[in-house]
Amino acid sequence: MSDGIRDKVAILGMGCSKFGERWNCGADDLMLEAFGEALIDAGVERDAIGAAWLGIFFDEQSTGKSSLPLAMTLRLQGIPVTRVENLCATGTEALRGAAYAIAAGVCDIALAMGVEKLKDTGYAGLPERTKGTFEDLYLPSSTAPGAFAQLASAYAARHGYTIEQLRRAMAHISRKSHDNGARNPKAHLRNRITEEQVLAAPMVAYPLGVLDCCGVSDGAACAILASPRMARALGRKDFVSLKALQLAASNGVEMGHQSWDGSSTLTTRIAAARAYREAGLEQPRQQIDLMEVHDCFSITELVLMEDLGFSDEGRAPHDVLEGRYDRDGAIPCQSDGGLKCFGHPIGATGLRMAYEIYLQLLGRAGERQLGSPAMGLTHNLGGIPNRNVASVAVLGLAT
Amino acid sequence: MGELASIVSCGLYVPQWRLERTRIAQAMGWLGPAPAPGASGARAVCGWDEDALTMAVEAGRCCMAQAQGGAPAALSLASTTLPFADRSNATVVTEALDLPDSVRTSDHAGSLRAATTALAEAARCGADSSTLLIASDARLARPGSAAEMEYGDGAVALLITGGPPPEGCKPLATLRAVAHLSADFIDHYRMTGEPFDYALEERWVRDEGVAKLVPAAISRALVLAGLTAADIDHFAMPGLPGTARRLAQAAGLARARVSEGLREDCGDLGAAQPLLLLLVGFGQGVDALVLLAGEGAAARAQRELAQVLARRRLEPHYTRYLAHRGLLAPDFGRRAERDQRTAQSVAWRKHRELAAFIGGRCSACGAVQFPKSRVCVNPECRLADTQAEHRLAETSGRLRSFTEDWQAYTPHPPCVYGNIGLEAGGNLLMELTDVAPGELEVGAPVRFVFRIKDCDRQRAYRRYFWKATRG
Repeated sequence: MSDGIRDKVAILGMGCSKFGERWNCGADDLMLEAFGEALIDAGVERDAIGAAWLGIFFDEQSTGKSSLPLAMTLRLQGIPVTRVENLCATGTEALRGAAYAIAAGVCDIALAMGVEKLKDTGYAGLPERTKGTFEDLYLPSSTAPGAFAQLASAYAARHGYTIEQLRRAMAHISRKSHDNGARNPKAHLRNRITEEQVLAAPMVAYPLGVLDCCGVSDGAACAILASPRMARALGRKDFVSLKALQLAASNGVEMGHQSWDGSSTLTTRIAAARAYREAGLEQPRQQIDLMEVHDCFSITELVLMEDLGFSDEGRAPHDVLEGRYDRDGAIPCQSDGGLKCFGHPIGATGLRMAYEIYLQLLGRAGERQLGSPAMGLTHNLGGIPNRNVASVAVLGLAT
Repeated sequence: MGELASIVSCGLYVPQWRLERTRIAQAMGWLGPAPAPGASGARAVCGWDEDALTMAVEAGRCCMAQAQGGAPAALSLASTTLPFADRSNATVVTEALDLPDSVRTSDHAGSLRAATTALAEAARCGADSSTLLIASDARLARPGSAAEMEYGDGAVALLITGGPPPEGCKPLATLRAVAHLSADFIDHYRMTGEPFDYALEERWVRDEGVAKLVPAAISRALVLAGLTAADIDHFAMPGLPGTARRLAQAAGLARARVSEGLREDCGDLGAAQPLLLLLVGFGQGVDALVLLAGEGAAARAQRELAQVLARRRLEPHYTRYLAHRGLLAPDFGRRAERDQRTAQSVAWRKHRELAAFIGGRCSACGAVQFPKSRVCVNPECRLADTQAEHRLAETSGRLRSFTEDWQAYTPHPPCVYGNIGLEAGGNLLMELTDVAPGELEVGAPVRFVFRIKDCDRQRAYRRYFWKATRG
């Protein structure tokens, strides 16, 4: 019986590029920006890295397939490099690959890199892509905002809210993330907005206006991992270690079976329950000090508060409006601005979430530091509510 | 004189969209100083995702739903606007209607009387044979032309059995005689590949064509039927307003009630018009039919007509109508540039799912699912190879969630889609059509219609699938 990866993987160092419309940078520049910071932070040589994982989603729009973009950009000397892709949860997949290698004891130091260069497509929003040769023949020609917008109508119907009531809470979420993003020098969107602006913004996919949607950004983030033993051997005393890293993939129930009513993300619930067990958290509401969740759209963050177990069923709009997830609330959510304002370079996002938790746990978050948290959660969702992969990670200070 | 054939069931389809003729006049009236003649009423126009083929499927479904007995032996599709010049359009319809592959399929084209000729052929197939005859047309008209005012889009389907009506069947009508007269008289024409008809002078057509050829054909038909002009109660004839009335007089149909179709509500349905009116087809000659109306047939037809016509919605944008007919190329944004190549090997492998909208029903747990899959989707079941075919086209569902997406490409923004809970169980993420922003709500009933899914402009191909619409 496996006992999971709790306290088997330490983070030696992390790096994150500035996110945004990086017109003058390619994926290589972004990776080097993140890697440079991580390498200094880790205090190791590049050649100490024994294996690397690269997460990138839209390869066809930027680097092309395979692990070679990472190996060639960093001029890694013949080490095994693996490219992973799992929709918008790709960044966490890179982290998971590297973490499993460390936990398995097959290498001493491993690199997880996530990158996305989205702004070479020539238009706003995410690039068009095939859903599969058969799927293209019957699925609607949907977009990400449209796919997630449906959560709102289903959630409102299930819990007896009007869309207007829901939009009020959604506007609070967006306003909060802009406040947080304004404190983050690496964030894509650093302007503050009002809830009235969110409500009055042009409609993208009903009931999501443009200010309910996250940024489409370029960026890279990475982590250098080692075993706790190696971390201590390198002289580390206080370091962050992985307490849990779980992933759940849809098996088609949401797409095809009536047991799902469209108002939640089933996989998040499964992955969260497993992650809390792996991390040994019996009271996650009391034990998690901060979280970075997959707020691709305001409504996603809202339903996630229930899927992750932080709000009671049907209560998320109340909790949100009462400020429970604001930076001065009980469990601050998206202290770095989240996907909404830090931005969403897809392959980098999962690692960017871990980066924020890492900085906060080590007290290095600067202007946006939240006291002295000890345990943080990341939730990275790939796909759409109808079919997705959800990963939940718990990071804490090593004991 | 016995019955040549019996019309045992009928189905009508008219798209929901109506373009008011005054709106056309407002947009295009600058072409001439006089107000456009006859700018009253509205014409039916296809939505962007409709064509002669999709309308034929809907008329066929409607007709078959009211028919008793098994599948027809033949499916004949008549139209001058078939989307495929070389690919059996009738076979696409046959698959969408989930008729057996033993059905004899044929396309009939080339003239507005294609449908009446096909009807005569169906009647000759003998007493044991039945034909589903569908006529459907969606003719393009040059902006500002008289045709733009007069044409309408729609489809009519008739289920025809050879000989007298089958035992216990109350036919809508029985065919007593059919007379043909062929004459290469050109009232209008359209060369292959050209978008628009070229119409000849109306007065010449009226006096030299219609007024001479039609009475001659009527006389022939009456002789064949063993009747005289005075025996005829009803007369109908496609054409401009007044045409049928003048002809009835010319042919001596003294006591016949004259019907001129659905000009106020739909316009002239092209190849489908003779089937709608059911008496005369005109185009390089004449087909004249003599029919005996069945008991209660008029009331049945009226009920159906009222139902179809009640589903109407005004198209307020003349430019959107032009765009949907390909007569205006607006900037649909860069998302419209996406390559819509169809993997035909996949489409063939999955043609039952895609054409006939067939899902699976698990023989172990009963879960209905689309697409039909090897392993059951029910999390409590998950058994392999237990699914039997289950046709979803004629089922219904309710909306469980939806969005109106202004970013996704569609020729008719916003792109509306949602999760649909089937009444039989199961969930489907589907595009919705013929809905307007703001009118949907969770729990709303939906039914399914056969529509154009995507157009591959690079390879000049159009693919079809089913969509949900308000139930």
